[in-house]
Amino acid sequence: MTDVTDATEGLLQLVPKAEARQSMKDFKSDQEVRWCPGCGDYAILAAVQGFMPELGLARENIVFVSGIGCSSRFPYYMNTYGMHSIHGRAPAIATGLATSRRDLSVWVVTGDGDALSIGGNHLIHALRRNVNLKILLFNNRIYGLTKGQYSPTSEVGKITKSTPMGSLDAPFNPVSLAIGAEASFVARTIDSDRKHLTEVLRAAAAHPGTALIEIYQNCNIFNDGAFDALKDKQSAEEAMIRLEHGQPIRFGADRARGVVRDRLTGDLRVVDVTADNESEILVHDAHSPSPTTAFALSRLADPDTLHNTPVGVFRAVERPVYDVQMSEQLDTAVAQHGKGDLAALLAGGDTWTVVG
Amino acid sequence: MTSQVSRTTEQADGTADGTVVGEQRKPGGVKSVRRLDRVIIRFAGDSGDGMQLTGDRFTSETASFGNDLSTLPNFPAEIRAPAGTLPGVSSFQLHFADHDILTPGDAPNVLVAMNPAALKANIGDLPRGAEIIVNTDEFTKRAMQKVGYDTSPLEDGSLDGYSLHPVPLTTLTVEALKEFDLTRKEAERSKNMFALGLLSWMYHRPTEGTEKFLAQKFARKPEVMKANLAAFRAGWNFGETTEDFAVSYEIAPATTAFPVGTYRNISGNLALAYGLVTASRQADLPLFLGSYPITPASDILHELSKHKNFGVRTFQAEDEIAGIGAALGAAFGGALAVTTTSGPGVALKAETVGLAVSLELPLLVVDIQRGGPSTGLPTKTEQADLLQAMYGRNGEAPVPVIAPRTPADCFEAALEAARIALTYRTPVMLLSDGYLANGSEPWRIPELTELPDLRVQFADGPNHTLDDGTEVFWPYKRDPQTLARPWAVPGTPGLEHRIGGIEKQDGTGNISYDPANHDFMVRTRQAKIDGIEVPDVEVDDPDGARTLVLGWGSTYGPITAAVRRLRAAGEAIAQAHLRHLNPFPKNLAAVLKSYDKVVIPEMNLGQLATLIRARYLVDAHSYNQVNGMPFKAEQLAAALKEAIHD
Repeated sequence: MTDVTDATEGLLQLVPKAEARQSMKDFKSDQEVRWCPGCGDYAILAAVQGFMPELGLARENIVFVSGIGCSSRFPYYMNTYGMHSIHGRAPAIATGLATSRRDLSVWVVTGDGDALSIGGNHLIHALRRNVNLKILLFNNRIYGLTKGQYSPTSEVGKITKSTPMGSLDAPFNPVSLAIGAEASFVARTIDSDRKHLTEVLRAAAAHPGTALIEIYQNCNIFNDGAFDALKDKQSAEEAMIRLEHGQPIRFGADRARGVVRDRLTGDLRVVDVTADNESEILVHDAHSPSPTTAFALSRLADPDTLHNTPVGVFRAVERPVYDVQMSEQLDTAVAQHGKGDLAALLAGGDTWTVVG
Repeated sequence: MTSQVSRTTEQADGTADGTVVGEQRKPGGVKSVRRLDRVIIRFAGDSGDGMQLTGDRFTSETASFGNDLSTLPNFPAEIRAPAGTLPGVSSFQLHFADHDILTPGDAPNVLVAMNPAALKANIGDLPRGAEIIVNTDEFTKRAMQKVGYDTSPLEDGSLDGYSLHPVPLTTLTVEALKEFDLTRKEAERSKNMFALGLLSWMYHRPTEGTEKFLAQKFARKPEVMKANLAAFRAGWNFGETTEDFAVSYEIAPATTAFPVGTYRNISGNLALAYGLVTASRQADLPLFLGSYPITPASDILHELSKHKNFGVRTFQAEDEIAGIGAALGAAFGGALAVTTTSGPGVALKAETVGLAVSLELPLLVVDIQRGGPSTGLPTKTEQADLLQAMYGRNGEAPVPVIAPRTPADCFEAALEAARIALTYRTPVMLLSDGYLANGSEPWRIPELTELPDLRVQFADGPNHTLDDGTEVFWPYKRDPQTLARPWAVPGTPGLEHRIGGIEKQDGTGNISYDPANHDFMVRTRQAKIDGIEVPDVEVDDPDGARTLVLGWGSTYGPITAAVRRLRAAGEAIAQAHLRHLNPFPKNLAAVLKSYDKVVIPEMNLGQLATLIRARYLVDAHSYNQVNGMPFKAEQLAAALKEAIHD
C-alpha cells in the first residue's frame, strides 16, 4: 500500500539530508516521557521515532508543532526542533512556519479535542490550502488531560463527568471531515499496529501537501478499550478493512467479505463474497481525482461498534501545494518587477523637493 | 512626478483662522486672486458619490504643489448606505497651508455639498461666512424631505450668513459629456470630477497629476477615462468663466515648514506598511504578515501583498487567531513576523500574544484602533485599546507598547517596534488608529543611509557549559544586558530544542512546575520589558509653565495645535507626548513631578491617565472625547485654558 509518488521527491529535496546514518535513539530527547503508563501515545512515539531515520532528513530541519492535550506533549520527546503551543492553534502556527521555511519538514501532533473542537477551523483551512504539513491526529474519543469529558469524536450517549445522562451531540468522523475539507491525503491507522502505522507515516511523509493521519489511540484511564474491536486479533479480522491501493477491498476470515457499490444508490456496502459478485468487489483507488468513493468508504464504519472500519490511505491525490505556490509568486514578482528596490519604493508616487 | 519648491521666504506661523495675506485685483472682467495662508475644504456627498477619491486627488495636487497638509476622511461603515440619507454621507476634509500645520482643521472654510444630506450633515461644522458650493440638481423636494428640510435651504434664507454658490453640477457634467457615448446615469457619475476641476481652479492646483491618474485608472475603459477628463476640465473652465466665482485663491507652498529633502504625501497605513518592509530590509530578515481583513487595518495587508518582490509573504488567514498563529510560526522560523488588526482582532489574538511572551520570540502586533466596544464604530477613530494592549492577557504577560503620533510617523514607529521586538525577543504592540491610518500628510522620504541597522544574530552554537564540561545549548539562557534569550532557528545543527507555553525552567527551557522557578521567570520576563531602553520623553516648555499637557498617539496634532493657540494668546503651557507607553521613558517621573498640574487628553475615558496615576501617584486630570472623531484644536485649547486657570 505504500505507493510513494515520484513527484514528492521534489518537495523533500528542499530539506537537507542527514550527514550520517540515523537511528531511533537519535530522535529521543533527554526529557522523561510523562504519559500515563499504558497510554497508546507511547506506541505512537516509538513508531515515529523508529520511522524518522528512514526519512534520512537532517534532524535540525525537522519540526514538531503541537497544541494542547495529552498528545500535544509529543514534541518534548522528539530530539528535533519543537513547539508545544496553545489549544487548537498548531495547524495555524505550523502553516506560518512551513510557508516561510520550505527547507523544513513540519509535523503537527494533535488530538480529537485539539484538532476537531477548539481548533476545528484551523484544521479544515490547513487541509484546503494544502500546506506542506503532516498532521498526526491522535483520536482517543475522550478528553484525557482535563480528566475525562466527552470529545467531538465520542459516540452519542457517552457517559462522562460532563454528560452524566449521556452525550447528545453527534460525533465527527475525522476522515469524512478531512475529505470534505478538500484534504489531498487522508489516512487512518491504529496505535497498536506499529507496522501499519509506519507504512502510513511513510506514505504521508512522501505526500506533497497536507497529510492527515487519524490514529486511533487508546486512553487506558478515561476511555479504555475504545478500539478493542479493532485490536483483538479475532474481532479485528472481522471488523477492520485494510485499504490497499489497487487491490479489491476484501476482509474477514478467508477474505470472505467485500465492499461493493450499490447500483441504485451509488453508495457502498459490505457483502459476503460469492463467485457471482466477486467481479463487482470495489478496487481501492486512493488516487481517484473524485473524493466520492473515499468519502463513502469513510462512512462504512459503525461509529458505535466500529464494525467495518477501513484503515490505510483513503485518499492521496496531488494538487498544488500552498507554500510552493507562495514561493513561486515571490519568484514571479521578482522576475516581473526585479528584486525590490527600497529607495524606489519609498520615493514612489508624486514627490516634491524642498531645496535650501 | 517631481516638482521643486524653493525655500526663500519666511512665513509667519499662522495660528488664527485663515487670513488673507494678499490680494491682487485685476482690470475689469479679469478675476481677482487672493492669497491665503491656509484653507480647510470639506467634500461631502453620498457614499457612492466618490468623495474619498475626490479628496484624495485634491490632496495629491496639493501635496505636489508643496503646501503642508493634513486630511480627515470620514465615511460610514456601510459600503453603500441608503442614498440621500444622513447616515450615508461620506466626507473628506483637507487642511492645507503655506506653513506648518498639525490637524485637518476644526471648521471648514469651504464645503462642497453634493446633496441635501451632505449639506445637512455638515452645515453645523461651518463658521458663518464659509463658502458653500452645492449641487442644486440634487435639491429636489423629495431629496430635501428625506433629510427633514421642509423648505429649500437654498431659498429660505437659512444660509444667509454663508457665501453660497449654487451650481447645477449634475446638469453641467451631463452637458459637458453629451458627445460621449454614455447613458445619463454613466455621465452623472463624473460629477465628482467636475467638482474637483472647479475646486482645482479655485485654489490654483496643478492638474497634471489628476490627468495622469485618470489616464492610468481607466486605461482599460478609454470612454470612461475621456469622460472623466472632460468633466474635470469642464469644472476648471466653469470656474474660469462663470461670474459666480469672482475670486480664486492662492496658498503659497509651505517653504519654511519643511526641512530640505524630497517629500511625498502619505497616509498612516501606507507609512506603516513601508516601515515594515524597511524594517525587514534593515534586519535582513524576510517579512511575514499573517492577517485577517478588518477595518481600518486591511489596507496594510493590501499594500504588503503588492511587494512580494521584496520577499514579503502575506498570508490571509482563516481568522484573527490563525493570523497571529502563522506569524508566530514564521517568527520561530526566523522571519520578521507581523500581524495587523483592529481592537476586536486583538481580543482574539490575546492568547497567542501570551504564548509569544512565553516563547520570547519577536512579533509585531499592529492594532489600528477604532471605536469600541465590540464591533463599535469600525470606520471611526478611538484610542481605547491602550489598556487592552497593556493588560489584555491571562497571567503576567508584559508587552512593550508604542504609538505613532502622526500619519507619517507610522513609518518610524514600525521601525522602532521592530527594533524592540528583535532586540528583546518579545511581541510588541503598535497602537495606531483610524485617524492616523486614513489621514495623510507630507512625509520627508528618508535616505537609506539614515535608516537604523536592525540586524540580529541568530544562535549558532552551544552557549552553556555543564558542570561535567559538556557544551550545550540552553534556549532560555539570557543576554545579561537585554535579558533576551537566544533566537535559535530550525535548521541550525546542534541547537534542537523544544519550547512551549508551559512554564519553563530558567536556562534549560525544560518544563518546570517549580514554584520558585515560576516566581523567578515571571519577574524576569517583567524585568526584561521594564529594562527596554527607550528615549527620554521631550518636554516643550518655552515659558516655564506650571501646567503640563501629556498625550500619546494620534492626539499629537490637535494637542500641539491647541498649545500653539494658547501660547499665541499669552498662556504658558508645557507639552510632552509619549511614543513609548510600555515601558514609559525613564525621565517621565521627574517630568510629571516638575509640574503643578498634568492634563491628559485622550480619545477614551482616561486610560493613559489611569496608568500614570497608578504608576506615578500623580493627580493627572483627564480630558476625554469618544465621538469617533479627533479632537478639535479650539475645543482642546479652551479645555486646557480652563485647566491652567482652574
